[in-house]
Amino acid sequence: MEPTQRTIQLLLRPDQHDGEGQRIAEAARRHLGLHTGRVQSTALYTVRYPLSDQQLRDFATHCLQDPVLHEVAFDEFRHGPEYRSYILVAKLPGVTDDEGISAQNALGDLLNEPLDTHTQHIFSKRLYFLEEALPEADLRRLAQELLGNKQINRFEIGPLTDIRDYTPRPGGGAEPITETVPLTGLSDEQLVQLSKDNLYALNLEEMQTVRDHYAGMQAERTAAGLPLDPMDCELEIIAQTWSEHCKHKEFAALIQYRDLDTGEAFEVDSLFKTYIKDATSEVDRQLRANGNDWLIKVFSDNAGAVRINPESLFVWKVETHNSPSAIDPYGGAITGILGNNRDPLATGIGGARLLFNTNVLCFGNPEFDGTLLSNQLHPRRIFEGVRKGIEDGGNKSGVPTVNGSIVFDDRYAGKPLVYCGTGAVLPMQLDGLDSWEKNIEPQDRIIMAGGRVGKDGIHGATFSSIELDETSPATAVQIGSPITQKLAMDFLILATRRGLIRCSTDNGAGGLSSSVGELATISGGAVVELADVPLKYPGLRPWEIFVSESQERFTLAVEPAKMEELLALGREMEVELTDIGYFTANGYLDVRFADKPVAYINMDFLHDGVPRKVLEAEWQKPQAQEPTLAADLDYTDVLTRLLGSLNICSRESVIRQYDHEVKGRTIIKPLMGATGQAPQDAAVVRFNFESWEGVAVSNGILPRYGDLDAYAMSAGSFDEAVRQIVAVGGKLPNLSYGDGNFWSVNDNFCVPDSVYDPVSNPDGKQKLAKLVRMCQALRDATAAYCIPLTSGKDSMKNDFKADGVKISVPPTVLYSMTAKIEDVRRTITSDFKQADDVVYLLGETYDELGGSEFYQFFGELGANVPQVRFEAAKALYILIGEANDQNLIQSCHDLSDGGLAVALAEATFGYGFGAEVDLPAGLPVPVQLFSESHSRFVATVAPEDVVAFDQHFGGRATRLGRVTSDGQLTVRHASQPVIAADCATLRHEWTNGPVNRIIGFGQHETAQQ
Amino acid sequence: MENDQQQPNLPDLNLPPRPRPEDPGYEMVDGDGNILLPGYKSVDGGHESAEPLKSSTEAQAGNPQPAADRSKVQALILTGFGINCEEEFAAAYRLAGAEATVVHLNQVLHGHVSIHDYDILNFPGGFSFGDDLGSGVVLANKLRYRKNDQGRTLLDDIREFVAGGKFVLGICNGFQVLVKLGLLPDLAGTATPEVTLTHNASGRYEDRWVRLQVNPKSTTPFLAGMDTLEVPVRHGEGRLIIGSPEAAAAIEARGLNCLSYLDEAGAPTAGYPRNPNGSDLHCAGLTDTTGRVFGLMPHPEAFLSLYNHPDWARRKRADPGLSEEGEGLKLFRNIVEHIQRQPSASASVQPKARQASI
Repeated sequence: MEPTQRTIQLLLRPDQHDGEGQRIAEAARRHLGLHTGRVQSTALYTVRYPLSDQQLRDFATHCLQDPVLHEVAFDEFRHGPEYRSYILVAKLPGVTDDEGISAQNALGDLLNEPLDTHTQHIFSKRLYFLEEALPEADLRRLAQELLGNKQINRFEIGPLTDIRDYTPRPGGGAEPITETVPLTGLSDEQLVQLSKDNLYALNLEEMQTVRDHYAGMQAERTAAGLPLDPMDCELEIIAQTWSEHCKHKEFAALIQYRDLDTGEAFEVDSLFKTYIKDATSEVDRQLRANGNDWLIKVFSDNAGAVRINPESLFVWKVETHNSPSAIDPYGGAITGILGNNRDPLATGIGGARLLFNTNVLCFGNPEFDGTLLSNQLHPRRIFEGVRKGIEDGGNKSGVPTVNGSIVFDDRYAGKPLVYCGTGAVLPMQLDGLDSWEKNIEPQDRIIMAGGRVGKDGIHGATFSSIELDETSPATAVQIGSPITQKLAMDFLILATRRGLIRCSTDNGAGGLSSSVGELATISGGAVVELADVPLKYPGLRPWEIFVSESQERFTLAVEPAKMEELLALGREMEVELTDIGYFTANGYLDVRFADKPVAYINMDFLHDGVPRKVLEAEWQKPQAQEPTLAADLDYTDVLTRLLGSLNICSRESVIRQYDHEVKGRTIIKPLMGATGQAPQDAAVVRFNFESWEGVAVSNGILPRYGDLDAYAMSAGSFDEAVRQIVAVGGKLPNLSYGDGNFWSVNDNFCVPDSVYDPVSNPDGKQKLAKLVRMCQALRDATAAYCIPLTSGKDSMKNDFKADGVKISVPPTVLYSMTAKIEDVRRTITSDFKQADDVVYLLGETYDELGGSEFYQFFGELGANVPQVRFEAAKALYILIGEANDQNLIQSCHDLSDGGLAVALAEATFGYGFGAEVDLPAGLPVPVQLFSESHSRFVATVAPEDVVAFDQHFGGRATRLGRVTSDGQLTVRHASQPVIAADCATLRHEWTNGPVNRIIGFGQHETAQQ
Repeated sequence: MENDQQQPNLPDLNLPPRPRPEDPGYEMVDGDGNILLPGYKSVDGGHESAEPLKSSTEAQAGNPQPAADRSKVQALILTGFGINCEEEFAAAYRLAGAEATVVHLNQVLHGHVSIHDYDILNFPGGFSFGDDLGSGVVLANKLRYRKNDQGRTLLDDIREFVAGGKFVLGICNGFQVLVKLGLLPDLAGTATPEVTLTHNASGRYEDRWVRLQVNPKSTTPFLAGMDTLEVPVRHGEGRLIIGSPEAAAAIEARGLNCLSYLDEAGAPTAGYPRNPNGSDLHCAGLTDTTGRVFGLMPHPEAFLSLYNHPDWARRKRADPGLSEEGEGLKLFRNIVEHIQRQPSASASVQPKARQASI
């Protein structure tokens, strides 16, 4: 029987300012050109729980209403007399409604009744009233583009005379039945079509392999009482396990590489093995030979682990969440960051404490004003949605977002790249056991912890392994619930320290299928009873339960003897724990629903049966030439405009909406100085309050260089991340015996479809060749610096296809680096510290303007892409570390986008200093000012240390000039001024660049002194 | 998981030397000078210093804080349900010389821990219950309405705690909870909400450093001897709105608006961003009429060390003798020293019968 539905409406009192309404009216005018008149925002709570009138009234006035701010209306849609139209924003069935659940929590407290928060009784909605009587089409646009997303929201719109309500009713879908999917006798075309129709994302050869496997199993299946044809859940498990996302088939493929320029040809037997795993093995050999045995876990768990000291491990993982963020930017990004948090949390036994988040984002131009393709979201919307998702994902979890980067390029307008990184600390020992090991014994129970299972995120793993098009499915969208995960996280930290958990893993892509499937490889099998899995609502097929990617869930392996204590702890901490089966050693993944078989798969076939891909790569150096620019450029003007350009301008409006100092351990934040506006290189975070040890965190990403040479792009990205850490005072690893100076690097490749197809991907061979060259550079860089990779990810299909057009990302790689800082008090910030300090350029400048921001400013690409000279770079980095040990460096800023000129300007932003600089003779002025040659720094030195500094660096340091107190940046060449700028003006241009304008930054005052 | 089908096969990855807790941490050398075990810097177990829950067996044995040094001032810090600043809060009290105990809120609600065994009750920042109904609302509601087996709410206990001369501190979300509970400013003494904290005038969450002035009229021991204070704000709902002009006048008259946001010239300001949220009375923090309940939006517990400040490097260069202590720590030292000076109010002197609350 359906309880009566009641509605509570909260309205701001007439004397309270409706900020949300005002912002909506402004945004509608600015972004959509719609004149709404005044907008009134109200909140609705629909209650489907039996309450007396008095209880409902008490609930509304005591729990929901803020007596200072709100008035309350019951069972009506109250509004001011001047309004003419309305928009109701509700959630679609099954979409996470944290606000409704919170209201339910409050109701339970008010009534002092245990009110099951897993069944939704209260539904939150927003109801807006608009002064203008807008036509339906405009209202719908406003709703879909500003107030919600049609993938997750249901909108009701229209004139005020006709307000329609909507309350989601999830469930009522399919019966829990399992069907078979006959494969025998299907033609190749039919197999491919079946894969496409069911979103398996398996190719013909893989489908044939599955068909043949089942054909060979007939006797065994008959004996086991199973149908001869595969069951739907079995094919779903195989598709998920074999997906590119989970199996990295292209990184494991055999690649035939040909250089068309030189005729050279060779075979790569797995990119991963050749360039990543073997390279790290070699690094580890060198480390160990030199007494550095801190590399504890690489490539084999949810995150890599290195040793900080005898008590603790540092765990580090960076992931991508690109496809979901293209469809629902907010939901995609928040599940990205929360999902990535679960990786270090569930490494080894589990229960690491999260230390920080980072994020690197690649978007199309947010000021794009062309026509969008079908179902393509505007880059500004993607930017704002992703930013908000990262804000909520990090802030609400209490994890500081200490570092990040945003890259703009029109080729990210189809699929954005959303990289999320998380660092964590795990004790070496948990209840006497090595924390980083995953052990499971047969008969250990399988426990699902945290959130419940719904239809959200079905097919995420396979979906991310195909290109997006206009029909991409809505079920792939998930919304994260930070509070649910926070509770599960607090629980996991405690349970692991009490020794209640054998090991844990997270439920991410592939859901239970992936988490149980992987843990089962440790013991050699598992039995899962899907009827026991708690659901958000009824109506899921068994296979849907098994592959759903509903968020905030962990899978735990628990000794039977520990079950009682574990369940008691779960009740105390209000984390739902469900026993859904047990591990076995019989070699099968055995999945049942109410004791009936749903899947029974040989684990060897599941994990090793995927046929290997053979791919072709062809390299040809692109035609490129250096442009001729006007000889009489006004470099002051160029610098000013570069500082205000999309890829260089300030990101302050984004940075300040992330909490970058919760936990009180952040030492170098993204913006520093008295002004809080001096951009920094690497972030530095201390581990705790008892020691000064910490970790530096950096990112290297330079996609534009890949248009000239993917090798140089990858090598340069690697160097950029290394030198950012060197700039803050970090030291390279393995410099002396047993120095314990750990480095931990994640590689993250995001490339367009690189599998050649004469019709759909004619330049696939060139794309794959770029990937090979990126990997070669990675191998060379790790060897040169002796820096190990500890984990990584590859995302292979970053294309968006609609209306016959394909937007492909440029081949992109991100290197996310962390390195130990012995004493955070000795780190160096980028901003100038004192007048009359001497300014130096460290490292050498070359005629390398190819791919630079300077050329980009003139619409040119050039040809001379910056090269990394590893040996020279390493020698310089060692010198810098030694100089810092002697306290010789007062500030240090690495040179990157915009070269020397931009670095000098940025170094003045912290306080209001200026600088007087004389460029040496030699290279042309624009090269000296704007070349982006790698491995260089601007450093300042106290006057009394100049002699020692010169002696230490010899020819590697070029004296440029001095810091001044007048706030002017003056650069001369051959005694002629080439730049003469007011630093406050430069900072103003930089601060008021497009990013802060788009995110709507407030007015800024001048520098404080 | 990069190519998880390939098990790691690195050379001697699974062979010693692997550090153990019993390792000394310093370098060990044999007679010929060969290093047997590399030396490592020890951090004295700092990572694991803030356990939020004692195990149920310990609690049932009536021994929830076996390590407690009862001669110290006792600070109880609540966590769980989305609270997330408990670690730095505990560090602040430890650095100030107190004993800090972090417990899950349910430990208190279920009667396993009694607030009366402590001197200061602390509500840290965070996003309790996701702040979905407005910041601090659901948590305040739980404290006000959820009854224990004896039919008492935690609000009943807190009011008794304060009436007994003890102290309550709420920071950020904790301040929001105290406001929504009606414990601040509590002009009428009835724990009825008189003011609220709502969305910043800018409409957004922000993390930025601000300078605060201590109201000279304020008598709260938390701020004794302090004039100004630099601290970060990190909130989206820190705008104080006072329900009536009468309440505003009473707050001002009694100096309960103990902290205000300052502009560059050192004057209280309504201007963004120095006043990050547009609060009434430029107000960043409130006390109750006794001065024993104190809440503020900014985070003094995030400025325990000089190196938390965004301008630390330049300041240290300008004054190499600069203290390494952060300004925020002063507030915690104040209250700890105040309690130590009290002749007999400390929980260490008057431990209440814990059994009553179990």
